[in-house]
Amino acid sequence: MARVTDERTYYTIPIGPTHPSLKEPLQFAFDLEGERVVDVEIKPGWNHRGVEVLGMKRNPLQTLYLAERICGICSVSHLIAFSRAVENALGIPVPPRAEYIRVIIAELERIHSHILWAGVAAHELGFDTLLHLTWRVREQVMDILELLTGNRVNYALVTIGGVRRDITKEQEPLVRQALRYYKDLLEMLVDAFLHDPTIELRTRDVGVLSYKDALELMAVGPTARASGVKKDIRVDQPYLAYPALELSPITPDLFRPEIHGDVYDKIIVRLLEIEQAIGLIEQALAKMPEGEIGHATKEEMTELLVQIKEREGEGIGRHEAPRGELFHYIRFQADSEIPILWKVKCPTYSNLMSYRPMFQGAQIADIPIIIACIDPCIACMDRVIVRRDGREEVWTAEQLLAKSWEKTRRLKG
Amino acid sequence: MILAQIIEQLFKKPATNKFPAKYMPKSIISFLKSGKPIVPPVPTPPRFRGKLIYHRDKCVGCEQCGRVCPANVIQFVPQEKKVRFYLARCTFCGQCTDICPADAIEMSNEFLLADYNKYSKNLVLE
Repeated sequence: MARVTDERTYYTIPIGPTHPSLKEPLQFAFDLEGERVVDVEIKPGWNHRGVEVLGMKRNPLQTLYLAERICGICSVSHLIAFSRAVENALGIPVPPRAEYIRVIIAELERIHSHILWAGVAAHELGFDTLLHLTWRVREQVMDILELLTGNRVNYALVTIGGVRRDITKEQEPLVRQALRYYKDLLEMLVDAFLHDPTIELRTRDVGVLSYKDALELMAVGPTARASGVKKDIRVDQPYLAYPALELSPITPDLFRPEIHGDVYDKIIVRLLEIEQAIGLIEQALAKMPEGEIGHATKEEMTELLVQIKEREGEGIGRHEAPRGELFHYIRFQADSEIPILWKVKCPTYSNLMSYRPMFQGAQIADIPIIIACIDPCIACMDRVIVRRDGREEVWTAEQLLAKSWEKTRRLKG
Repeated sequence: MILAQIIEQLFKKPATNKFPAKYMPKSIISFLKSGKPIVPPVPTPPRFRGKLIYHRDKCVGCEQCGRVCPANVIQFVPQEKKVRFYLARCTFCGQCTDICPADAIEMSNEFLLADYNKYSKNLVLE
């Protein structure tokens, strides 16, 4: 599609919903002036699965495994956020040991997610050797997760009011061994990604998200931290066992003097977060107290079902997933074990808006790496579907405001 | 440093497990039916969550498992006061094994359950 204005020709190219450079369906329409992207329009909504509606038809013990399957990569993050929401709503306590085990699994997942992302980023740049290398080393953490939880991907470890399996004395040395493996490896990964001239050429000053834009567009997770915004739920509003552990938000100035907010900075943040996660797991293993792990036995589980049925309330659960802040909201009525409302807000949803400043001024060839740089998870994000009634209508904020004013006037009579 | 890794890899065994055969057979189905030895899958750790095992004699018919099953796998048979599992739907969460008061449900290491028919003998436990 071409559009001629003031002697220049602008083109619009659509990318997606399905496209080789996109792992999941998302539609973009780029306004181009020559090679340069002038503006971008993003249309999500191609992967809506109605998960929340399903969750409002069954009890929370059944929904746990549905929540986990919202995302294949950050599955334990959804479990933690969901079970924390239910625990807050119904006032169910969690024993300290279970909190430590949750932290360990969440951080192991962060290692696995960031290594996976690094591989995808290398692939988008055409560096497939690095893709195969990172995905091979990722197997080690997958094996540890399988050992601790019984499955490679959907761990089913966290339950409401605790965890379902304990980390035994025999498993601890194996976890430590895997952590040592990643510590040794990290130097190699940093060298391969951050000191590689080709990667520097392709990622420096590409997809820049300024500090101001990151704040204004409410970016979360590594996307925000790469722009210098010190934002991390684990630090800002500590939960689980995080208050007892030493951590601070990772920003790229730990590696190089200035913060640019480009794709290179996002690689720095994710690689440094692998190191941070290793440290956190080591601390958690050392500080983990002995004792109960929560609702793991038969009697406790039956009792939990009774509690869910009797009590009422609403609660939120937040968790710093590998991609950023994850938010679950749930509401219960008395005498019903089925929630009347469940809402999930995923990090990709918060980060989607930051695409626009990142794309402005970029070249067509930079599109895949910029799409990949926020680590988008579309399956997580698509919660809303627009009902079109045969035609499409978008309302601006002013129109909505005018409607609201009109309603106030109408009600006043 | 990455160059050293690549050269090292030349002399190492590939990380991938060549499952089910070293070279891609022309037809996987006829290869599996022929009964030739297959390259075994990667071994599973202890307490792996695999295919369910149902001890029918131990089952007391309390229906607790059906209450917690997220995938609607478990059907109660009122005439016999026992349950039936449709494993094609199973998500391998292990919730039913945890809640069973009579220890009638167990999880095995078996995970190769692909089948053409979701009601085949292998996938319906009674």
